[in-house]
Amino acid sequence: MLLDIHNLKTHYQTESGTVKAVDGVSFSIAEDEVFGLAGESGCGKSTLIRTIMRLVPGNARVSAERLAFRGQDLLAMSDHDYREKILWQEISLVPQSAMNSLNPVHRVGDQVVEAILAHSDMGRREAAARVVSLFEGVGLQAGLTHSYPHEFSGGMRQRAMIAMSLALDPSLIIMDEPTTGLDVLVQERILRKLAEIRRQVKKPKSILLITHDISVIAEMSDRIGIMYAGRMMEAARSLELFNEPFHPYTLGLKNAFPSIKAPDRQLISIPGSPPNLIGDIPGCVFAERCPFAIADCNHVFPDFKEVSPGHFAACIRTDHIDEFRQRAGDKSTWESSKSKS
Amino acid sequence: MGILEIEKLRKHFYLNPGLLARVVGKKKPSVIKAVDGVSFSVEAGEILGIAGESGCGKSTTCSLITKLLEPTSGVIRYKGQDLSGVGKKELKAYRRQVQIIFQDPYESLNPRFTTFDLVAEPLRATGNEGKGEIRKKVFSTLELVGLKPDEYQNRYPHQMSGGERQRVGIASALVLDPELVIADEPVSMLDVSIRAGILDLIRDLSQRLQFTCIFVSHDLSILSNICERLMIMYLGKVMELGTIREIIAEPLHPYAQALISAVPIPDPSYKRPRPRIKGEVSQPIDPPPGCRFHTRCPQGTMEACELEDPPLKEVKPGHFVSCHLY
Repeated sequence: MLLDIHNLKTHYQTESGTVKAVDGVSFSIAEDEVFGLAGESGCGKSTLIRTIMRLVPGNARVSAERLAFRGQDLLAMSDHDYREKILWQEISLVPQSAMNSLNPVHRVGDQVVEAILAHSDMGRREAAARVVSLFEGVGLQAGLTHSYPHEFSGGMRQRAMIAMSLALDPSLIIMDEPTTGLDVLVQERILRKLAEIRRQVKKPKSILLITHDISVIAEMSDRIGIMYAGRMMEAARSLELFNEPFHPYTLGLKNAFPSIKAPDRQLISIPGSPPNLIGDIPGCVFAERCPFAIADCNHVFPDFKEVSPGHFAACIRTDHIDEFRQRAGDKSTWESSKSKS
Repeated sequence: MGILEIEKLRKHFYLNPGLLARVVGKKKPSVIKAVDGVSFSVEAGEILGIAGESGCGKSTTCSLITKLLEPTSGVIRYKGQDLSGVGKKELKAYRRQVQIIFQDPYESLNPRFTTFDLVAEPLRATGNEGKGEIRKKVFSTLELVGLKPDEYQNRYPHQMSGGERQRVGIASALVLDPELVIADEPVSMLDVSIRAGILDLIRDLSQRLQFTCIFVSHDLSILSNICERLMIMYLGKVMELGTIREIIAEPLHPYAQALISAVPIPDPSYKRPRPRIKGEVSQPIDPPPGCRFHTRCPQGTMEACELEDPPLKEVKPGHFVSCHLY
């Protein structure tokens, strides 16, 4: 396993109480795999990245049964070792809104050179040559290394950030909403470029792709995890997750997502809104909005259990899944849960 | 005849270089042709989708229709009346009938207003209804958008979720009983699980209240779900216009073909065809003669493409394309 996470919790201490932004998340990423993590705003996906990248603020309390990168315990590792051995060299980040992640007063190429110098023992000249080849790798002409960020379009900036993330040839790239805010044609090109880069480079690359756009996740990922309110609801191989979902929340998301290939399909929204993450939710975090919830759902903690080989779901009623799948396509099913709450 | 008819609408913005650049660099003023000769009509009661990438002129077109911008040239006719020469009084009446639903429910609502005030504001600003009437109207509009008045009237925007806020935004657009509603990316800021609810609401209300809607979005999967007709724009021009079914099943313009094939599909088994489009969107600054798309067109270019701007032609009943291929 490249990255192995078991029962990870990141809680923020605030004046109004403890915010359980990530509350017992488990998943793993294999070598040379794209793991797509989908979830709506506030589900904890950004906190999860920050926890892995050690970017959480001081009021965060991180704990986990296991948080390991190639067997090395990341929680026990000192900040110094993490910076010297892991950051950028093994795990790199393409941040959300790459638009704003570049310093406007420095040339784009120089910013990538700085990143290389800070995390490796490469010389400046060697680093500059490396940047040129990185730029060419993502489809930016070599001359563009001398440009300033404002001279770049959104898609070019995004590609520059991807070039930067590849600078030290890491094994895992974390991408936080890499194409959100880009036009479809640009998005398409960036996703294609990414797939191409993964085929070309010699060292296998895994990607943790985080986005709310289920279509992008579906096209890119080998496996998919669905997060909600700080917990992992379901994780499985992409095809399985789409064809045989086990969690009612996944069923709901599938209903709500439009497809240009099926304009006649009626979209069904999930009534209600995510719960407040302050305080204790002893049972399932989705119970309040779930049309299939029974009394037990509110107080029995749903274990993240294997429902079929390699397919995990956190729901206590998975033995009724055939019935749920059948009823989930019906709009009235979901409306009934609205009247309940 | 349509409720709204637009003929050869143009909006050009002029970029004047500074004095130094003019004298020393001999720079000439350049023109941004944000909307450049757009003609279409909107039928009463329909939902017309406008799609295109950023910079294609879809928002400028909406600003021109709502009279937030004055066109450089061209005609906007609302119910047969040319809007260019209307007086203040008629303009006020027009603005009551044409309302906008904004993109961002986090930014577009005044944080110091309660829900009641937000929805009452358009009535207070443009009408002369009494207090009781306003109250009645606000309450019935809140009911329409699915917010219980007793529960929501005193809430401030920060006390509501994104979906609830957008419902307030819709209520304040509909409180004046508009005949034409312009929805500018109304769901792009919302989470997936609540988008469908807002789309349903707009569709249902447009039928119940019989308003016409122009729905602007960059997301073709959303448009395919809500509108009947679709207009695809590129650099200030209409590329294709027709029923959404026809365009999605069989796009005619090479740009429409590229755009539609780039839309991600929520299906892991889908294999995407290789794109054939070249280059990136250029800016609408001093565009070259000929077709706007000819530099990127995968069809190769004919002589006409570089010289002549293709007019919008009706190639099938109700299906218009501006391309020299047809």
